[in-house]
Amino acid sequence: MVAGGAADQVFVNLDHWIVGHTPVPLQTLVSIVISIATIIVVFAGLFALTTVFERKGLGRIQNRYGPNRVGPCGVFQPLADAVKSLTKEDVVPRSADHVVHYLAPLVLVGVVFLTYAVLPVGRNMTAVNLDAGVLFFFAVGAGTELAIFMAGWSSHNKYSLLGAMRAIAQMISYEIPLILSSVAVIMTAGTLSTVAIVEKQARYSSTLAHWYVFTPWGLAGFILFMIAATAETNRSPFDLPEGESEIIAGYFIEYSGFKFALFFLAEYLEMFAVSGLGITLFLGGWSAPFSFLTWIPSWIWFFGKLLTLIFAFIWVRGTLPRLRMDQLMNFAWKFMLPMTLIVILSAGIWHFLTAAVVGPKPLGAVIRWLVCALVIFAPFITLARTLERGRKIEKRTYRFAE
Amino acid sequence: MLGEGILKGLGETARNFAGSFVSAERLTTVQYPEERIAPIEATRDFPFLVYDGADWEAGLRCVACQICEKECPPRCIHIEKSKDKKPDFVGKAQFYPAVFDIDVAVCMSCQICVEVCPFDAIRMDNKFELSTTDRFGGLLWTKEQLAKPNEYYRQIHPTEAAETDERRVKELADAKAKAAAAAAAAAAKAAQQAAPGDGVSAVPTTPAKVVPQ
Amino acid sequence: MTLAFLILAVLTVAGGVAAMTLRRLVHCALALTVAFAGLAALYLNLGAEFAGLAQLLVYVGAIAILIVFAILLTHGGESDPEKVFSPAGIAGGVIALAVFAVLGWAVTTSSVAHGWGAGAAAQTSAPQTSVREIGLTLMQRYVLPLEVIALMLTAAMIGAVILAWREKRSVDPGAPSAPPSPELRV
Repeated sequence: MVAGGAADQVFVNLDHWIVGHTPVPLQTLVSIVISIATIIVVFAGLFALTTVFERKGLGRIQNRYGPNRVGPCGVFQPLADAVKSLTKEDVVPRSADHVVHYLAPLVLVGVVFLTYAVLPVGRNMTAVNLDAGVLFFFAVGAGTELAIFMAGWSSHNKYSLLGAMRAIAQMISYEIPLILSSVAVIMTAGTLSTVAIVEKQARYSSTLAHWYVFTPWGLAGFILFMIAATAETNRSPFDLPEGESEIIAGYFIEYSGFKFALFFLAEYLEMFAVSGLGITLFLGGWSAPFSFLTWIPSWIWFFGKLLTLIFAFIWVRGTLPRLRMDQLMNFAWKFMLPMTLIVILSAGIWHFLTAAVVGPKPLGAVIRWLVCALVIFAPFITLARTLERGRKIEKRTYRFAE
Repeated sequence: MLGEGILKGLGETARNFAGSFVSAERLTTVQYPEERIAPIEATRDFPFLVYDGADWEAGLRCVACQICEKECPPRCIHIEKSKDKKPDFVGKAQFYPAVFDIDVAVCMSCQICVEVCPFDAIRMDNKFELSTTDRFGGLLWTKEQLAKPNEYYRQIHPTEAAETDERRVKELADAKAKAAAAAAAAAAKAAQQAAPGDGVSAVPTTPAKVVPQ
Repeated sequence: MTLAFLILAVLTVAGGVAAMTLRRLVHCALALTVAFAGLAALYLNLGAEFAGLAQLLVYVGAIAILIVFAILLTHGGESDPEKVFSPAGIAGGVIALAVFAVLGWAVTTSSVAHGWGAGAAAQTSAPQTSVREIGLTLMQRYVLPLEVIALMLTAAMIGAVILAWREKRSVDPGAPSAPPSPELRV
């Protein structure tokens, strides 16, 4: 089925055409350069757009206009921001560890860009089709923690060190539910390759796609994955590492000018990357939800889903206040971890409740769905009750230090 | 149940988000350079000097008593007294400020100069668009820049201005009455000295001669 | 020996040497991370995808962070030791040499080394292990050892938790255990 037609493969064909017109010894190099340049340009551009949309969206949520001065409706605001950050003085603290201080933002951005290598942004549009793509994503993503530590430690500032410690503690804690919630998908798909996972979801029975989010375990897994992703990317309500009111800006407090902009860029790129992985694992990657919508090019589907998730991130940021450290840790270990394990269990049950067990299609599918939903929902209720037991909303009492 | 409050909160923010596109009265932002809110009457920022009449130099109420200069906490006022004297609004000869400068970069808008001025000569302005590219010269205001007519004062702070005007009218009347009384007394004394034994005929006519001036 | 191998080998060895010779503890930890990452890249270069990525995930993602965290919590990064080499270093060097000798002996006498002697044909016949095969082997043939290891690790983790818990109590035995305030829960 070649859905989407020429528009679907326009970028792939363009790539092939350019590579085909270069001398043979240079072809590998040119192909690599094209992939890297495309990723950098597209996602850095998306970053610029997101900053202005985020500010405008948050403004609307708070009944304000948001930036609306630079260009029509403020769309050129990122340009003004870029000029500002580029022309600002680059201040390095005297007692900072200069080499590590310099390397930290570069390592962070480099590592984050590496994760894009395995994201299928469209049909045949994956930079590297690795056999262990999901593993690659998490393995490379682990480098961000190190970069954050480098930034926080080398600044020689107590706030940046506190921020780095918070960031690392939080990222380690939430990496576990993040990986465990994707294990369910890997288990069902039977592969670690991102391309293969998307292809498994791009099949249709009658009109509906086989997205994993349409299964009970997939839905729960997706929600857990996105919560963990929010924490992984240090976004509100999990933005303790940056907590402006407590530790000013956390690990990048001592950065200014372009290096600061790099941290900002890396943070957003991380958000896009992890959203992209969520799309790949649960939302069918570049595939259309219904078979009659497959004429829309695959890359439009991917970026449409990505923008939707970005909007969800902005929405959540505009709604929830920041968590406290103990709430953060309790949530990770007492709620997220058990729930992800239950999701894996439910995915296993889903795998074995085939048509042979629960009966033929219409009724059997409903029974299968309900059983798997119950496996998740009953423990959720129990867990929620347990966690909420003894919690009363009452007048706050404060204990002061002596 | 766990997560219920989060969903409620998300609904609230979604309502705000959608509502801000539909109803303009939700948006509290004032698009400042184009839209403006009229300043409330009590608004104040930096002092100015009040003058009466058309000529600012002649009508300046300030008599260079330098009380404000001494009272100013950040010491942003600089006054130099004149050598000669000019009559003020009641006709009394007074000094006037040869130089009167306020460094608004230093001024902290405390209004103490206004409180201490016995001549109602210094008052608070409400102009706030004062940015300049010259940090030192541009923010050091001289007598000419500070002088503003009483009508302007009435316009920006009507209640305060009315009070001041009333008090000044009374002061003027008192001063006139006092001058008249003093003149009458002086004339009577003079008449007595001029004609000690003249008798009754001269007494009723003398006040009528002295009063008009 | 390809160029990629040379670069990665130099990077790995340089990282290892730097980890031993640098003065500040944090620099040593970062240099060690470079060595880990270089090793992972070497695995990837040899076509062992799973081993390389697991090395990256476990060593760069977990072990290095653990070291760093220990440094952060103990203020070890603040101290600036006077000299790098100490008498204990000589003993360490002897042990390292012994380990190296054993490893070298194992490598030179193994069948892989003899295979090399047979020529390039042995190299092509090296097993192409994919992630899928590793997974199937772990889950079918070696499922019992895997479960035993998992059980051991869980037991170790529970033990660590209990140790930490006890320690906290023994710090202040006299103080009455205050009930946790309601706001301290999620």
